Amino acid sequence: MLEIKNLHVKLEEEDKQILKGVDLTVEAGKVHAIMGPNGSGKSTLSYVLSGRDGYEVTDGSATLLGEDILEMEPEERAAAGMFLAFQYPVEIPGVGNMTFLRTALNAQRKARGEDEMSAADFLKMIREKAKTLKIDADMLKRPVNMGFSGGEKKRNEILQMAVLEPKMCILDETDSGLDVDAMKLVADGVNALRDAGRSFLVITHYQRLLDHIVPDVVHIMSNGKIVKTGGPELALEVETNGYAEFLDPEVA
Amino acid sequence: MALPQAKRDATEARLAQVTLPEGAAWARGARKGALDRLTAMGLPHRRDEYWKFTRPETLFDLPAPPAKVFSAEEPPVFETIDRLRIVFVDGVFDPEQSDALDMDGVVIERLADASATDIHWAKDLYGTLETRGQTPVPRPLAALNTATASDGLLIRVTGQAPRPIHIFYLHRDERSDAVLHNVVKVERGASATILETGPAAARFNKVMEIDVADGARLNHIRTQGRDHERRAVTHLFARLGAESVFKSFTLTVNGVLTRNECIVEFTGDNALAHVAGAAVGDGDFHHDDTVFVTHDAFACESRQVFKKVLRNGAVGVFQGKILVKPDAQKTDGYQISQSLLLDGDSQFLAKPELEIYADDVACSHGSTTGAIDETAMFYLRSRGVPKSQAQDLLVLAFLAEAIEEIEDPQIADEILGRLDAWLGRRRG
Repeated sequence: MLEIKNLHVKLEEEDKQILKGVDLTVEAGKVHAIMGPNGSGKSTLSYVLSGRDGYEVTDGSATLLGEDILEMEPEERAAAGMFLAFQYPVEIPGVGNMTFLRTALNAQRKARGEDEMSAADFLKMIREKAKTLKIDADMLKRPVNMGFSGGEKKRNEILQMAVLEPKMCILDETDSGLDVDAMKLVADGVNALRDAGRSFLVITHYQRLLDHIVPDVVHIMSNGKIVKTGGPELALEVETNGYAEFLDPEVA
Repeated sequence: MALPQAKRDATEARLAQVTLPEGAAWARGARKGALDRLTAMGLPHRRDEYWKFTRPETLFDLPAPPAKVFSAEEPPVFETIDRLRIVFVDGVFDPEQSDALDMDGVVIERLADASATDIHWAKDLYGTLETRGQTPVPRPLAALNTATASDGLLIRVTGQAPRPIHIFYLHRDERSDAVLHNVVKVERGASATILETGPAAARFNKVMEIDVADGARLNHIRTQGRDHERRAVTHLFARLGAESVFKSFTLTVNGVLTRNECIVEFTGDNALAHVAGAAVGDGDFHHDDTVFVTHDAFACESRQVFKKVLRNGAVGVFQGKILVKPDAQKTDGYQISQSLLLDGDSQFLAKPELEIYADDVACSHGSTTGAIDETAMFYLRSRGVPKSQAQDLLVLAFLAEAIEEIEDPQIADEILGRLDAWLGRRRG
């Protein structure tokens, strides 16, 4: 599904290398987790993969289903199946949540040469999906993320994921700012989307989210590299002992 | 105060070319009075305080600069709305394209028709609200209009107008120079909606004097635009009685030069006035909103919401003032002017002013200039919305606060449709 090789990334504006050779392969249908301390490059990885400005790839490659995504515009990556659930979902005053979702879905369909979904079909679909995430009609009508609580924003990210049905989902610290109940709701939403044709990359500081979204593989990232890869037990190890033992000796 | 010699000479030279229109005997006194006012105040000059940001000469010099007629095939705006349609082509009334000037609860006459008699209800208003609006800021091009307007509508609303009155200003002649003057009197408890659309002429000078009596209500929605080279100077003078409501919204697309002045005066308590504007300009586009709201009554609410989207060197101007007189306690005044600059070549010049002489009021104003929010752009694009479409969504979102001032959802939809079409043409 997602294949990252020797990825080196620096900030565009300053001479600061963030990713220093990331190698990562996420197979179809699998859930991979990336854990790591602050500043290890986890969020940068998610932004580079989804196409945010401000980063320069200096070496390496990233492909989604065999296609080089690093040269694509963000909207082309989305149409190809990439999805980033934002750590801080953006508030957009004046753009209705429904309008936004329908515009996004139909733009993706159009880019893939598929027919646009009618307003009626869309309404029916969104109502069903919103209901399972406990998103009420009012939240759908409001401007994107405006006046949403932290939990509502994260649920709205998962709703977008459910509507757009991407192939590769990256969750950037989706657990941050969530209480236990909200985290459970978000995790249920994600688990409902687990499928043989869909992969997940779950970025988190803490093991607790991984109690609910159980990963197949756990990676530890430190100082711009993956320093250790293992099974779900690796997350428990971090929870008990912290990151110190995994850190790059250069910085530790 | 004596005018500078150069200004006096320029004004006299221009006024030497003015002949007062025949007809409307009742208006002759007002026309002469307007000429006298204009002679005293002089034509506008760029050194005048309220003309610093907008060069006035091409709005009154003769002959009017020509303007090509925009040719895009697009159905006229408000076509889907059941309304009474009155058409002027290059400032000349067109009876063929107009509906009969006849509707329950409304009396409509033409300025050029109401000629025979010296007695007319409009005599008390024609040039009267314009004169009131000349203090403290002179508005010479409105006086020029009162003196020279060739036609216009005299609309007297006596009941609940069942349909909107739509004044449709068509532009066909590349060299037309139109001067129209409308007078609207909404009587006690009556209500109406007036729609105005179209570029009108290569150059258009229009005044609308609006008297909204106690408990009366007037909604005014207009679209100006389409023809890239057209010029317009418009004045809207509104006087509001107690518990009356006046709402005005203007959409401007295109036009090399537009100056829209709106002068509102509260004379009765507990009245409400909302004036709003959305302007979108690309390239050779200069758009100026100049607003003056005078609170001279108890507990009135005024709201000004003006938004401009500018690109490729387009220029936006906003000069807005709220004046609260000593007895206008419990005034609620709000003013916001904002521009969205889509590139570094465009500019927005704003001069918000508050002048308050009462102590128990709530007044606020704000003005911002900004670019497209890149974080929001990335968010939209990461969900698959192409860049140009994402930008359009954010442009419409930016304008939403102004468009929300339109009460009627069908009319608001028409306005949004216009904006969509404009954005679509630029998207290619």
